[in-house]
Amino acid sequence: MSTLSLAVRDSSTMLRRNLLHARRYPSLTLNLLLTPVMLLLLFVYIFGDVMSAGIGGEGADRATYIAYIVPGLLMLTIGSTVIGTAVSVSNDMTEGIIARFRTMAIHRGSVLVGHVVGSVLQSVLSVVLVGAVAVAIGFRSVDATPLEWLAAFGLLVLFSAALTWIAVGMGLISPNAEAASNNALPMILLPMLSSAFIPVETMPGWFRPIAEYQPFTPAIETLRGLLLGSEIGHNGWLALGWSVGLVVLGYFWATAKFAQDPR
Amino acid sequence: MTVTPPPAPRAAQAAPPAITATGLRKSYGDKVVLDGIDLSVPQGTVFALLGPNGAGKTTAVKILSTLITADAGELRVAGHDLAAEPHAVRAAIGVTGQFSAVDGLITGEENMLLMADLHHLSKREGRRVAAELLERFDLVEAAKKPASGYSGGMKRRLDIAMTLVGGPRIIFLDEPTTGLDPRSRHTMWGIVRELVADGVTVFLTTQYLEEADELADRIAVLNGGRIAAEGSAEELKRIVPGGHVRLRFTDPAAYRSAASALRGGAGDDEALALQIPSDGSQRDLRSVLDRLDAAGVEADELTVHTPDLDDVFFALTGAPVPASTHQPKEAVR
Repeated sequence: MSTLSLAVRDSSTMLRRNLLHARRYPSLTLNLLLTPVMLLLLFVYIFGDVMSAGIGGEGADRATYIAYIVPGLLMLTIGSTVIGTAVSVSNDMTEGIIARFRTMAIHRGSVLVGHVVGSVLQSVLSVVLVGAVAVAIGFRSVDATPLEWLAAFGLLVLFSAALTWIAVGMGLISPNAEAASNNALPMILLPMLSSAFIPVETMPGWFRPIAEYQPFTPAIETLRGLLLGSEIGHNGWLALGWSVGLVVLGYFWATAKFAQDPR
Repeated sequence: MTVTPPPAPRAAQAAPPAITATGLRKSYGDKVVLDGIDLSVPQGTVFALLGPNGAGKTTAVKILSTLITADAGELRVAGHDLAAEPHAVRAAIGVTGQFSAVDGLITGEENMLLMADLHHLSKREGRRVAAELLERFDLVEAAKKPASGYSGGMKRRLDIAMTLVGGPRIIFLDEPTTGLDPRSRHTMWGIVRELVADGVTVFLTTQYLEEADELADRIAVLNGGRIAAEGSAEELKRIVPGGHVRLRFTDPAAYRSAASALRGGAGDDEALALQIPSDGSQRDLRSVLDRLDAAGVEADELTVHTPDLDDVFFALTGAPVPASTHQPKEAVR
């Protein structure tokens, strides 16, 4: 069997294993899904009046703010899901079965690829669920063409792949589930410090560059542009650059960590 | 190693040992775990690495099974160099580690099918092999339950069943019976014997001397990262003295006359038992019996104690065993 077909075959076996775990024990996934949904409802129904007045000025209503925060919350959903990835990778590494995999004639990277693909699928599913809640409370896209929908979908997948590879690396360096959950905390903190809830322009001047160029803001702004027709500008390239960069970085980091002798 | 293979046809003679290690070293920081060990395991035999906790047994297994890398040493498994061709080695071996290598979140059957997929068996072949092994290891009833709920013995059986899916020719078992109850232990021994009967080479570690004695063709005693002794169980037992004949009496008078007839023995006045040094040979026993006959006494019970691996183990590993513990241990039997 060629290296590639071995890699594909073993990775899909590992993917099946991870999906089986997720299906058997959906509580972790559901817990992580709760965060974005709660935040959505909190910001819309509790803080909604102040927030919409803050961003829209005259004539802004709740619908304006819903439209504003949904793209950010979809990205936050991905961040929240990959915390689960870091935890489950870290948990998995303490299992004896991983030692067994390491002594079998299988493709080495397949264990990680299985986690990554499984996690990306979960992210997409979570995004769809949170999106459905958003639509239920009144979110509508503005004139998005099929091509823009496709691009938006592609962006969500690519961005979740980027965060997932980093999360896998975080899971590998964490000795236990608690540490993994702590190490992956930036995944949910960064979207709070992005343009997800309030525009970057309203932040203090010294903080603005940080908020503007961290991975989440360009991704959120690009998604906003695709779904709502706002200005994307250089954010499209920034989002693409961050995503591809993080995929490459995360891949090499995680595979190098996995190749080391286990503790 | 002083195994002289019997004269064999050319083809058989060419069969290389299943496992060889020369100058195997491994240390973690300052701590030397394996300090240059040499071993060779002929195909189709059981080799036991025996040692106290922390002797380096698990490290040796981890290295030979490609899980971790050695610092130095020339290592060959199944004819392949470990450092150069780990993938080829992995294709030939099966490993059951000390801590169960089963996926607890999925069922026993799913674990088996996972292994079948990773060995690239066809779907039908995978199902057949999985069903067969579940049957053989008495796991059919539990097959649909999550493995995390299995008992220790069941987990270990599932673990071995998973190891066997790919039909490995060399199997590493790291303390396969640690933590098992006596029945499960005997089941495990039966499994190992079956494997060997099929021509599989088994490399096992154990801290139970009885287990090494029961199963292994050759035993190496590992202590402090070095091999303290190696040989068959019989060869190892010859290393230490300690054989004796034990005579027990119910009649105190008979005990006393026996004690005077057999001077040189150690007496236990409480238990009315005599312990006479002996190598256990027929000639030696006859002389004891002759002397008893001459004195006209009859023992109620006569037992021959040859040194067992416990004696060897304690002698070689220098474990702090005061001589007094020997006595109660004998008395328990």
